[in-house]
Amino acid sequence: MSEVLANTSKGHIEVRNFSLAYETIEGPVQAVTDTQIHVKPGEFVSIVGPSGCGKSTLLNAVAGFLKPTTGIVTVDGDRVNGPSAERGMVFQQYSLFPWKTVRENVEFGLKMRGMPRSQRERAARTLLGLAGLEAFEKHYPEKLSGGMKQRVGIVRALATGPKVLLLDEPFGALDAQTRVIMQQILTNMWQRLKISVLFVTHDIDEAIFLSDRVYCMTARPGSIKAEIPIPLERPRQQAMMMSSEFLALRRGLMSLIREESLKAMGGEINDMGMQGLNIELHGHSLADVI
Amino acid sequence: MPATAIAEAGPAPAATPPATPASFGTLTLRWYRLNQGRLRATAIGIASLIAFLLVWHLLTTYRVVFFVRFTNVPSPLAVYASFTTAIHDPKFLMHILLSCRRIFIGFSLAAIVGVPLGLIMGRFKLAHEVIFPVAEVLRPIPAIAWVPMAIMLWPTNEQSIVFITFLGSFFPILVNTLHGMSLVDPVLVRAAQCLGARERSIFREVYFPASLPHIFTGLTVGMGVAWVSLIAAEMISGQYGIGYFTWEAYSLVQYADIALGMIAIGVLGLGSSLLIRGMGQLVMPWRST
Ligand SMILES: Nc1ncnc2c1ncn2[C@@H]1O[C@H](COP(=O)(O)OP(=O)(O)O)[C@@H](O)[C@H]1O
Ligand SMILES: [Mg+2]
Repeated sequence: MSEVLANTSKGHIEVRNFSLAYETIEGPVQAVTDTQIHVKPGEFVSIVGPSGCGKSTLLNAVAGFLKPTTGIVTVDGDRVNGPSAERGMVFQQYSLFPWKTVRENVEFGLKMRGMPRSQRERAARTLLGLAGLEAFEKHYPEKLSGGMKQRVGIVRALATGPKVLLLDEPFGALDAQTRVIMQQILTNMWQRLKISVLFVTHDIDEAIFLSDRVYCMTARPGSIKAEIPIPLERPRQQAMMMSSEFLALRRGLMSLIREESLKAMGGEINDMGMQGLNIELHGHSLADVI
Repeated sequence: MPATAIAEAGPAPAATPPATPASFGTLTLRWYRLNQGRLRATAIGIASLIAFLLVWHLLTTYRVVFFVRFTNVPSPLAVYASFTTAIHDPKFLMHILLSCRRIFIGFSLAAIVGVPLGLIMGRFKLAHEVIFPVAEVLRPIPAIAWVPMAIMLWPTNEQSIVFITFLGSFFPILVNTLHGMSLVDPVLVRAAQCLGARERSIFREVYFPASLPHIFTGLTVGMGVAWVSLIAAEMISGQYGIGYFTWEAYSLVQYADIALGMIAIGVLGLGSSLLIRGMGQLVMPWRST
């Protein structure tokens, strides 16, 4: 089983000279221009920016749903040509299949791989146990709270052992308390799996609390305005959000975003450079860590 | 549930859990409170049916003529009498059986052709572009208008009646399936793609189940139209069938049988739509709460 679930590669995302324009009746709408981002193996990277700046566009291009107008998206050197199970995705709208139970939802990716039923049932149960959802395996999504739905969504995306996890404002619709819990759960899973994460949010606190690095985008047409490393130590505690270090980062990001809303256009890339550090990846999927 | 259930069902739940200290009376009261809404609806429903029968009875016994003429309309008791004789008449049962068979064949064919066609048209643009215009032109033609054409097309009467039934239910099924396909949430398709699903799996695991509620709406509507079309076809060109029975009763001046035929058609229509609904609940367990 672990052979099937194991992720053998590293999950290095690279987006170069990227731009994307939507074709509309009024002509092309430039959503994202001149963007370079990267996520190193095992890194947790967030993208923040005002709404409508092209965050989802960029993430959807990494997922393979959109083709870049110019530029290239690669994962571990392979060009992204379309969606694949290598790149798990969690959407803001709860995207669980309503006609499948919680367990069947989690099993879906394994089923697509042709894993036999009994095996994938066992795997799904274990994964759900890890997320504290074993009691709900037979429930249909409709009966779950928003936080639980999103937890199932994350578990489902991780079940096949993808190289990278992409999340598009996954906690945007949750209340503050639930969001904090979800952030903790996501951090735990990420640390166990050592998977690369690209996380889109408009919540600055969330971005700082979760990330190793934060990209700040300009207003539309979006590009990278700044890249801010988050040197806060891990494991991170809720109390850290009161620390002077956290607050300084927050102030910095806040002023960048405020500036952006005021100026409407920025676009200079604050390239801090690659740190030249390759985190050792153990190449394990969620199922193996348990 | 008949009205007597109100009186009878009381003791049953009270008797089953002897362990609970709650008394017989408390449990009855509690059961009554929990089911008050439904009991009310049942009671009113039964009362209104009785009132309907009573009005019918009065109108026919006094042969009221007031714009409409009840002179020849059979009374409920006369209909009941003809029902008791008909139930032992193998010919009457054969009429019913034949109608059911026609519905079964015509409707099943419509579902077997309509649902997959709707799914394919919803998924593949070319199929939609080719088939949709033809369907739109044929759709407004009522199934009954097809009767002469059907008689020309098909060698036997039986086949042409089944064909009419098929046509009646085909379009509602097709259109609703197509509608369901157009409403499939694209995020679910994307989610499936991110989990490694290919075209075929997406079709089976996303598009089809997502469209099921609308498919069943189409089946329910289609079943209704199937009966409408069948009865019309039987009245025009049949030799057997409950529609023919009803028309024949009129020609033979057996007025009680007219009402009997009508009621039989109503009951059969109701039964078959309940059957579809039951199937829907079976196939879509996630929708029943
Ligand atoms: N399908 C589309 N057609 C035309 N314009 C679009 C389309 N999708 C998004 N846009 C535009 O592109 C910009 C970026 O959108 P999006 O990536 O969704 O922003 P964000 O996720 O940061 O809120 C927005 O201004 C939006 O109006
Ligand atoms: Mg967005």
